[in-house]
Amino acid sequence: MSHFDFEKPIQDLIEQLDELTKVHEKGKVDMSSKISELEQKILVAKKEVYGNLNGWQKVQISRHPERPYTLDYIENCFENFIELHGDRTVKDDKAMVGGFATFNGQSVLVVGQQKGRNTKQRQFRNFGMPNPEGYRKALRLMKMAERFNIPVICMIDTPGASPGLEAEERGQGEAIARNLYEMSVLKVPIICIIIGEGASGGALGIGVGDRVLMMENTWYSVISPESCSSILWRSWEHKEKAAEALKLTATDMLANKLIDGVIPEPLGGAHNDTALTYQTIKDTLEKELALLNQKPIEQLIEERIHKFSEMGEFIEK
Amino acid sequence: MSWYKRVKEGITTLTSEKKAVPDGLWHKCSRCKKTFLSEDHQKNCYVCSNCNYHDKVGSHEYFEILFGEDFTELFENIYPSDPLGFKDTKEYSKRLKESQEKSGMTDAMRVAVGNLNADMKLVVACMDFGFIGGSMGSVVGEKIARAIDYARENRIPLLIISKSGGARMMEAAFSLMQMAKTSSKLALLGKAGIPYISLLTDPTTGGVTASFAMLGDVNIAEPEALIGFAGPRVIRETIGKDLPKGFQSSEFVLEHGFLDFIVVRTDLKAKLSSLLHILMKVPANQLSN
Repeated sequence: MSHFDFEKPIQDLIEQLDELTKVHEKGKVDMSSKISELEQKILVAKKEVYGNLNGWQKVQISRHPERPYTLDYIENCFENFIELHGDRTVKDDKAMVGGFATFNGQSVLVVGQQKGRNTKQRQFRNFGMPNPEGYRKALRLMKMAERFNIPVICMIDTPGASPGLEAEERGQGEAIARNLYEMSVLKVPIICIIIGEGASGGALGIGVGDRVLMMENTWYSVISPESCSSILWRSWEHKEKAAEALKLTATDMLANKLIDGVIPEPLGGAHNDTALTYQTIKDTLEKELALLNQKPIEQLIEERIHKFSEMGEFIEK
Repeated sequence: MSWYKRVKEGITTLTSEKKAVPDGLWHKCSRCKKTFLSEDHQKNCYVCSNCNYHDKVGSHEYFEILFGEDFTELFENIYPSDPLGFKDTKEYSKRLKESQEKSGMTDAMRVAVGNLNADMKLVVACMDFGFIGGSMGSVVGEKIARAIDYARENRIPLLIISKSGGARMMEAAFSLMQMAKTSSKLALLGKAGIPYISLLTDPTTGGVTASFAMLGDVNIAEPEALIGFAGPRVIRETIGKDLPKGFQSSEFVLEHGFLDFIVVRTDLKAKLSSLLHILMKVPANQLSN
């Protein structure tokens, strides 16, 4: 497993522990008291490090290569998933996946951006950056869910919508805009979860919902800290400052009333205990779906539009 | 050390005294360099009568072109704030103040209602590029949302004139959410059956393209405007190649099916008027300019 610089104090202790355990296992010296002492130390260090993560560190965790992606959640939190492909116009976008499944016996639609784990997969998935046909595939499936009265779950994890010649030719802007328009009046409940990176319009393109939740170690903003740094500071080096200034963490976003809730992660991030992560997501979905299922759809849509209408800070004189 | 020493101060005109369009007797086209009488240039809607170059103009000029003097500005009482206490190389609150002094505007969006013709009212929400690159922050979003509500409640068609570099980074996620806010309000307008015309002018990019600018019942653009989602520089860096000529121009976007037509600014008022008369089902014989 790969580690970040800020995790070094923990890693050092873990290495010490490994060596002690080796000595202990050889059976010549009894190290058990030292071992438990060290284990305690590790726990304290973890709480210290992971309890005080700054914006940039959370951005790094959100991009951890072993973090669960959309298809991992689909496999581990849902049953009977059937993937559906294509936007019926141009092609099938591999950076956006979607299909119907069951969750506790209830039919649901799951759509989300998909990243790859190795170089080949990353290219295949276009680094989780959808093209217009990806957003149009997502919308096609959402409209189908609306037709059959099936709730929608969106898993958001993208470094942004794909910038490229073909994306522009096929109307990247229009595709995202259309989703915002249609999702705000879609006649089924929508739950959106930011499971990794929530970069700008590329994330928001499947991010208009009744409940918008962020996992603890994810980020959501108008631009990535790197690009923000390069534009406002004219250098890539101020990404940490940019991450702070953008207030892009789940806690900041909740405090600014731009999302509806934060989903806790295992200590150190979702990848550190995937079983626990999947259980938390399942518990969250169960609770949220039950709440949304109770409400009449007209009320949901009205509240959905009202929520987004209230976003923004200005002075009225 | 520089070779020459500046003896006199540089530009001494206060920026607040500067006007988007120079007020001298003569106007020189910034593309073909031909000169015209300023008065004629203004009468020609700030379009070069030689090379058809459309000067970049703002809300002041568009209101004048569409309404003459006959309009009321709406929601003037909305001012920007600095919700995140944002600071890059400069504090956002300072940037706002400077831009306000420089442009004489409160933010990058003004809304007006007026008579396009004697029998056709119109709500116009117009972006101003002169204010932090026409970027969309909370004020832009709120003014658009209110303009849409106003159009819906009074059953008056809506025109939004876009001219923007995209989202305002200094308002971070607040700015991002204006995309959802404006789009959801437009969905309500659509349900109410009130026409929305989106006019895209040079330049319209980023979050503005990916929300209200592309959502018109009818999308129109001025000639040769830059229209796109990602900026040309970003795309060039991503693909590592030069971009084809005319890429992301109005003509390119029309050709790919995302615009209904391109309109020369001098025809804007007449074309809007006939389109709206048809959509609003007002008999054409009542048409008077």
